[in-house]
Amino acid sequence: MVAAQEAPAKLVGQPLKRREDPRLITGAGNFLDDVKLTGLCHAAVVRSPYAHARIVGIDAEAARRMPGVVAVFTGEDLAEVNPLPCAWQAGNVQNNVNTPRLLALGEVHQVGDPVAVVVAESAYLATDAAAAVEVSYEELPVVVDARKATEPGAPQLHDNAPNNVVMNWTCGKEAAEVDAALAAAPVRVNQRVVNQRLIPTAMEPRGSIGRYDEGTGEYTLWATSQAPHVHRLLTAAFVLGVPEQKIRVIAPNVGGGFGSKIFLYFDMPLVLWLSKQTGRPVKFFEDRSENYLHTTHGRDHITDIEVGAEPDGRITALKVKTWANLGAYLSTIAPGIPTTLYGRMVAGCYKIPNIHVDVTGVYTNTAMVDAYRGAGRPEAAFVIERVCDLVAAETGLDPAEVRRRNFIQPEDFPYDSGIGMLPYDSGNYELALDRAMENVGYAALRQEQAARRANGSRKLLGVGLSSYVEVCGVAPSKWIGLAGEGWGAGLWESANVRVHLTGKTVVTTGSLPHGQGHETTFAQLVADELGVPYDDIQIEHSDTQGTPFGFGSYGSRSLTVGGTAIYKSVAKVREKAKELAAHLLEAAPEDIVFENGKAFVRGTPDASKTIQDLALAAHVAYDLPPGMEPTLEATTFYDPPNCTFPFGTHVCVVEVDRDTGEIDLLRYVAVDDVGNVINPLIVDGQVHGGIAQGLAQALYEGAVYDDSGELITGTMNDYAIPRARMVPTYELDRTVTPSPVNPMGAKGAGEAGTIASTPAVANAVIDALAHLGVRHLDMPLTPEKLWRAMAPKTG
Amino acid sequence: MATAVPMATRIPVRISVNGTEYAAEVEPRLLLVHFLRDNLGLTGTHVGCDTSQCGACVVYLDGKSVKSCTVLTVQADGGEVQTIEGLAKDGVYDPVQQGFWEMHGLQCGYCTPGMIMSAHSLLQRTPNPSEEEIRHALEGNLCRCTGYQNIVKAIQYAANQMSGAGVSGNGSGAGTHNPQDVGDWKGELAGEST
Amino acid sequence: MFPNQFDYHRPTTVAEAVGVLQQNPDAKVLAGGHSLLPAMKLRLAAPSALVDLSKVEGLTGISTNGSVVIGAMTTYAELRDSAALKAALPIVPETAYHVGDPQVQAVGTLGGSLAHADPSADFTAVALALDASVKAVGADGDRTIPAEELFVDLFTTSLAPDEVLTEIHIPAATGRTGMAYEKFRHPASGYAVVGVAAVVSVGVDGTVAQARIAVTGATSKATRATAAEQALVGKPLSADSIAAAAAVANQGLELNGDHYASAEYRAHLLGVYTRRALERAAASLG
Repeated sequence: MVAAQEAPAKLVGQPLKRREDPRLITGAGNFLDDVKLTGLCHAAVVRSPYAHARIVGIDAEAARRMPGVVAVFTGEDLAEVNPLPCAWQAGNVQNNVNTPRLLALGEVHQVGDPVAVVVAESAYLATDAAAAVEVSYEELPVVVDARKATEPGAPQLHDNAPNNVVMNWTCGKEAAEVDAALAAAPVRVNQRVVNQRLIPTAMEPRGSIGRYDEGTGEYTLWATSQAPHVHRLLTAAFVLGVPEQKIRVIAPNVGGGFGSKIFLYFDMPLVLWLSKQTGRPVKFFEDRSENYLHTTHGRDHITDIEVGAEPDGRITALKVKTWANLGAYLSTIAPGIPTTLYGRMVAGCYKIPNIHVDVTGVYTNTAMVDAYRGAGRPEAAFVIERVCDLVAAETGLDPAEVRRRNFIQPEDFPYDSGIGMLPYDSGNYELALDRAMENVGYAALRQEQAARRANGSRKLLGVGLSSYVEVCGVAPSKWIGLAGEGWGAGLWESANVRVHLTGKTVVTTGSLPHGQGHETTFAQLVADELGVPYDDIQIEHSDTQGTPFGFGSYGSRSLTVGGTAIYKSVAKVREKAKELAAHLLEAAPEDIVFENGKAFVRGTPDASKTIQDLALAAHVAYDLPPGMEPTLEATTFYDPPNCTFPFGTHVCVVEVDRDTGEIDLLRYVAVDDVGNVINPLIVDGQVHGGIAQGLAQALYEGAVYDDSGELITGTMNDYAIPRARMVPTYELDRTVTPSPVNPMGAKGAGEAGTIASTPAVANAVIDALAHLGVRHLDMPLTPEKLWRAMAPKTG
Repeated sequence: MATAVPMATRIPVRISVNGTEYAAEVEPRLLLVHFLRDNLGLTGTHVGCDTSQCGACVVYLDGKSVKSCTVLTVQADGGEVQTIEGLAKDGVYDPVQQGFWEMHGLQCGYCTPGMIMSAHSLLQRTPNPSEEEIRHALEGNLCRCTGYQNIVKAIQYAANQMSGAGVSGNGSGAGTHNPQDVGDWKGELAGEST
Repeated sequence: MFPNQFDYHRPTTVAEAVGVLQQNPDAKVLAGGHSLLPAMKLRLAAPSALVDLSKVEGLTGISTNGSVVIGAMTTYAELRDSAALKAALPIVPETAYHVGDPQVQAVGTLGGSLAHADPSADFTAVALALDASVKAVGADGDRTIPAEELFVDLFTTSLAPDEVLTEIHIPAATGRTGMAYEKFRHPASGYAVVGVAAVVSVGVDGTVAQARIAVTGATSKATRATAAEQALVGKPLSADSIAAAAAVANQGLELNGDHYASAEYRAHLLGVYTRRALERAAASLG
């Protein structure tokens, strides 16, 4: 038994190093491909080389006879199995839903579509046999561009989606009203911007292992998953028709997700089905090429912007038309991304009286597009932050001034942006902008820029601002589930906190980490709130057996939603402990004080009961107050009243080589406000990684398909993931505006960096070229694009 | 249903891994990373790509820092391999491991073993690298979580530790931790501490 | 990720290696393997047999006694770290430092690179600029192939299928010689989008006696930029002559383009990178 010790220093706010790390720095992590099972077989998938084709025939006989082959199946064998569900459809409009089957049946719609699967004794042998499966195809016409796909005469992917349209969705005021406001505006800018397609590239590719137990009829699925409970639900109820309780889903250590591991993929139900068919556990672990071809991609918007403003920079009207490329089929929550999480956020941090957003979701012969690192919000931030710079260029105002003149003010919160988003919770946008400008030395940079322009320097200086606000902790079930958003389900989270008889405390949570350090952060929170030693607290997660239901970790929601469930459970445990202490100390419950893990009668702290004493008493249970149940634990199902809205300003400083368009990243300054911070070490790390991704979108990354639907950037040799040499030192700072939404005052930090940095970098590069008349360039801003933009205009 | 795998032409190899000599017969095509992971169960060495770009599989082979996904097991015959599992000595982390922990040089941890092995190799050659040299040395290791800044700091921390000039970490410890603490991962398939 | 089956041979002499190649027409030589094995993992290459040269005696080492001789199996790391080369041919260690990444450098070999003839490799251009030649050993004995005759086309050399590249010879520099390699690095692959190697010798009169400028990345095989070379010879190595050479660097070259960099852009980069390489070569004259 652990004796209570001196009141520990508060851990919330401390940069504790992570308790997850010892296993990960020693090679003792347990990732999906590390799971060891007796009798494990390996699945290799035969994939379509064509982006659009009719399957004429499949000859698997040669493959079946190859060494080590256990079985070969084609789409025909799975004809009775349901296709994957699309769980989040765009609200208030018709969604023409087409989702993938586990193996294609009849037609393929993208390169990489699975058409057959080989199960063999080793991955080598499975790959050999997969290569021997003969598939004949009749090629069909292909379209990869979302706008072209909606034009008359374009190749058609699905019968139920005329013109390849998934949905037409709008938000904000009526188009005519916004048109009138535009017409009345003295300053007008129109611009088409492309938010290019990205490939998530979690360092661990995706995979799954299925094991069917003939004796019990139970299935176990190990999956690279950001949402094991949801994967169980969808696999059981929507695809395989197996009772939910007969499936257990375990997410081992997950090697990064960034959204791409939220979704239900073909292989998850497939490995379960294969295990039942073969009587063996079966593993599918994609290689990187498969990951690039067929795991979901992100972004891919074409957007026409019309903006109206006053000469003083105030934006009076914004009209946005976006074609969102959703790929060959709908992934699990694909329609929700360019609608709720994008369209409803295009106002950014600004008071804009007239906004109309029109989004057309489109099928094309490309990989499915779904949530990716920011999911809709980076696209929205890019639109509005480009708008600010376009208005600055048109009015001759400094970009900082345009932002300042349009900011929502601290007294405006809670603020309704008028386009269907929940009210922004709290903020002080100008403070973050001021801090960022001060940290970077903005005025001096502008002077330096002017001097270089005057003296004809071959090194062009550019400064880019991005003031962002984003929506995190997406949850309120009443909103996301019912109010026309189309999700049709809540997004609450749950947690159980159990103080064991010895005082050791176990938290089981439906939230789960894939790099974010939940085991550390959550334990810091519990240690402070419950007063048990940090090392006595264990955070359990990632297994549907033993953890309460959770909708998963994404959208920077683990702390604000899942963490609040823990916080509230701790509070319940504390209340029960106080009640028990009152009984044992023979006092009234209202006279009991609970501090630092001790309960005592107000004024007499020396006669106290420690939380450990109380846990023991609660379990041995021979002296409980009347009516009190034994044990010391509590469960909370937490559905927050609102989302949270982190914000900040990032500034990027670049130098562009006038001769070649090569870019040097000179400075990167970030001021983020994520509300109260539990662990600053972890929050800074989250911001670092996000910035790297965001700047990589601005400068390096972009998935490219050719007209035949082949992915040109199909390997890491072609798709430029940034390396250490390609990113700058990030200079971070914070302002703290607590969120009123949750008791910790936290807003969420997982995606802020990504959302903020893309426009900051793009604005900087375009700013470097502004004096040459450049107003906009599409990403990635490769040296060649800049070189072309800087070339003397002819004709 | 086939149950046994016919023997392909196999070649006998003897390879020392983390100080232990192993003898095996392997197909020529068996990549060293799969020998380590599948034959020896040393799953700390990861596979993150198929084009030798990502570096999650970096190990030492005869003292050279190599990508074990691009070395055949037969090429390592007679050689000495060191993996992430062999880096900590007598229960004490290598300074590079310690640096990654102190400086929050990892998030999901998938790239981490390769990253640590590459960093270790750099410090063998260049004990006091500049930041530029560190970033250059990580050219063959991709990380998608950290944005590299804390990885650079982790390596600087390790360099300082190894040169005797200790610097304190970013993170602060709560309670005591040592390499034996790795066993706190729950579940029936707990990663094995080595 | 999983190569096809193949037979594996590990000869200990060049003659033995040649013998294996003769008996296996589809066999490939395995040097460092960092081009071949990735291609095999993607099943873009499926040789019936590999002939691993790692145990063949006498294929490694650097000799800088007069002309420079480098064993074909000498790794980039050995080139990078060679004090003798830093003194004699600094362009070689400098280039090696920028090839691929440290792991590629640890295993990749100079002979392997030249025999593979990747159109975006670094050392193909450097070999041309240094007027290197290679020794090839076949069933009928050995022969010397100048680098210019070695590179035939994309991934194609004049080596016979049963020949083994064993040595690289680089003649000693005459007079005051400056050299540099400048590369526009592809952000994903690390290969050269455009690479320019320049080796310039200046005579006692201060004018350029010999200039060898070679290009990689932009053409289907590493190629000399002869127009740029001619623009320098006989001129003092000055900003003007360098600019004149850079202006004609792409002359007579058939340039390739892809989705990352068009032929037009590469043509432009060639000029800039030729200038940069020449400027650094000039600076290295001392």
